[in-house]
Amino acid sequence: MIELDHVTKRYGNSIVVDDLSLIIRDGEFCVIIGSSGAGKSTALRMINQLIPPSAGAIRIDGKDAATVAPEELRRRMGYVIQSIGLFPHWTVERNVGAVPALLGWPATRIRERTRELLALLKLDPEGFRGKYPHQLSIGQQQRVGIARALAADPDVLLMDEPFGALDPITRDALQSEIARIHRESRKTVVFVTHDMEEALKLASRIAVMDRGRLIQAGTPLEILAAPANDFVRDLVGQDEVGIRLLSVETVANRLRRGEAGPDQPITATASLRHALSRMIAEGTDRLAVTDAEGRPIGALHLADIVRR
Amino acid sequence: MSMTRSTPWRDPLLWTALAFVALVLLMPLFKPVFAALFPRLERPLYEQDSFVDLAAWHVALVGISSIASAAIGVAAGIFVTRAAGVEFRSMVETVTAAGQSFPPVAVLAIAVPVIGFGAQPALIALTLYGLLPVVANTIAGLGAVPPAVREAALGVGMSEGDILRQVELPLAAPVIIAGIRTSTIINVGTAAIASTVGARTLGSPIIIGLDAANIAYVLQGAILVGSLAIVLDLGFDRLVGAAQSWRRA
Repeated sequence: MIELDHVTKRYGNSIVVDDLSLIIRDGEFCVIIGSSGAGKSTALRMINQLIPPSAGAIRIDGKDAATVAPEELRRRMGYVIQSIGLFPHWTVERNVGAVPALLGWPATRIRERTRELLALLKLDPEGFRGKYPHQLSIGQQQRVGIARALAADPDVLLMDEPFGALDPITRDALQSEIARIHRESRKTVVFVTHDMEEALKLASRIAVMDRGRLIQAGTPLEILAAPANDFVRDLVGQDEVGIRLLSVETVANRLRRGEAGPDQPITATASLRHALSRMIAEGTDRLAVTDAEGRPIGALHLADIVRR
Repeated sequence: MSMTRSTPWRDPLLWTALAFVALVLLMPLFKPVFAALFPRLERPLYEQDSFVDLAAWHVALVGISSIASAAIGVAAGIFVTRAAGVEFRSMVETVTAAGQSFPPVAVLAIAVPVIGFGAQPALIALTLYGLLPVVANTIAGLGAVPPAVREAALGVGMSEGDILRQVELPLAAPVIIAGIRTSTIINVGTAAIASTVGARTLGSPIIIGLDAANIAYVLQGAILVGSLAIVLDLGFDRLVGAAQSWRRA
C-alpha cells in the first residue's frame, strides 16, 4: 500500500503539489490524470524519492519512505518514463538485468530472468538480447523499458506517461500488454497520463489532479457518472460520456442469460462499446454472448445497452 | 576490431609503429643519404645523443605529462560536474578556455624563470598545458549524457557512484579520450620545443639544427617527431573506436 499523506512540493514560491492525500491499495491500477503542470509527474516522482517532498509523508506498506535509503527503495519499484532512458551503451540483456545486477544476483539467474521478461513483452529473447537500444524501434525500446522495470519482480510499478511518445497503434498494443501484465501479476501500478481514453482503458482507480490539487478519486465509472466539477467534466469530455461509460462496462453486466442469439457471438468480457460497435457495423440489435471458453451463455440486446 | 584481427598485416597502426622504431634505430645508417643531400654540411648526422636515447626521453616526457594531465584533468572535470563542485565549474571553464588561447611556447617560457632549466620545468609546463583539453572535454562529455538516461539510472536505484562509473563515464569516454588525444599530440610537439629549456628530446636536433643552420639535423628531428605523433594519433583513433564500439552494432 502506498500512502501519500498531506504531501506538498514547493519550488520557491510556486506550489507544484498542494496537500495531496491519496491511498493506493495493493494490486490497484491507479491512474493519475491531469493536464500538463498539474503536478502528477511530481507526485509520482515523490513516491520513489526522486523528488523529496517539502511537507507531508509518503508511506510504503506503512513505512515512511524518507527513512529508507533511496537506492534501496527504487530497486523495489519499477520505473518507466516517457523518454524511456535505456542505457545506450548496454545491450538489451544488460539493460533488462540492470536492477538484478545492482542487487547482486548471479549471472545465470539474471540471464534466465531476462529471457523470461523479453518473452513476456513479446520480444524474441534470442533475437533481441544482444541488440543495442539504437537498433530497436521506439515501441520495442519501451517494451525493453518495461522489462527493465519488472526485472527484479517489484511489487510496485511507477509509470510516467510511458506511452506518450508512441504512435497510436504501438500505444494501443502496449496498453493491452501492461493491462495483461497487471491482470496476471496483480502488481500495484501507479500510472501518470493526460489521456482520458488511456486512463479509462487501464485504471481500476483514477485520481484527477489540477494545479497541484487532487480533485477527485474513484473508479472509472464513478468519475464518468459523477464528475466532481467542471474540470473533471471537461477532462472526461461531455460529448463522449455516454460512449466512455460503455467502454468501462462489460457485456456480462447487461446480458440476458440462457437466451440464444444470431451467429458471430461476442465474449462476455468485451466492453459494451465494442458490442455496440459490432451491432452498428452488422446492422443487428442482438448479439449472441459466449464465455471466455467460447460456450454460449446468453444474448445481448441493444435496448439493454442503452438503458441505464 | 574484428577486421584488424583478421588482417593484422594491414593494420596501419602496427606499420607506422614499426616504421617509427625502425627510423629511431636505423637513423645513423642514413648518414650517407643526408651527406649526399646536403653536401655542404660538415656534420650531416646529429650525433651528440643517440636517437634511441632522444626518443626514449621524448616518449617519457610526453608519457608522464600526458598521463598526469589525463588523471588530473578527468578528476577536475568530474569534480565540477558533481553537486559538490558545481560552484567551481564556471571558473574552471573560464580558466580552461583562456589557458588554451596561450601558445605552448609561452607556457614553457613562463616555466623557466619559475622552476629553472631542465626536464622538470618542461614536465610541469606540458602537464599544465595538457590539462586544458582534457578538462574541457570531460565537462563536455559528461554534459552530453542524455538527461533521460540519468533519470533512468537513478530510477533503477543506482547510486551517484554507480551512475558515474557505469553510465556517465562510459558514455562520455569517446569525448574524454578525444581530449586526451589532443592533449597528447600537442605535448609531442611542445616536448620538441622543450629542448629550448634544457630538456633533451627529439626536438634537440631541430633546435640545434635551426641554431646552426643545419637542415639535416632539423629534418632528422622533424621526421621522428612527426612519425611519433602519427603513431600516437592512430593509437588514440583505435581507443576512441573501442570506446564507442556499441554505436556500430
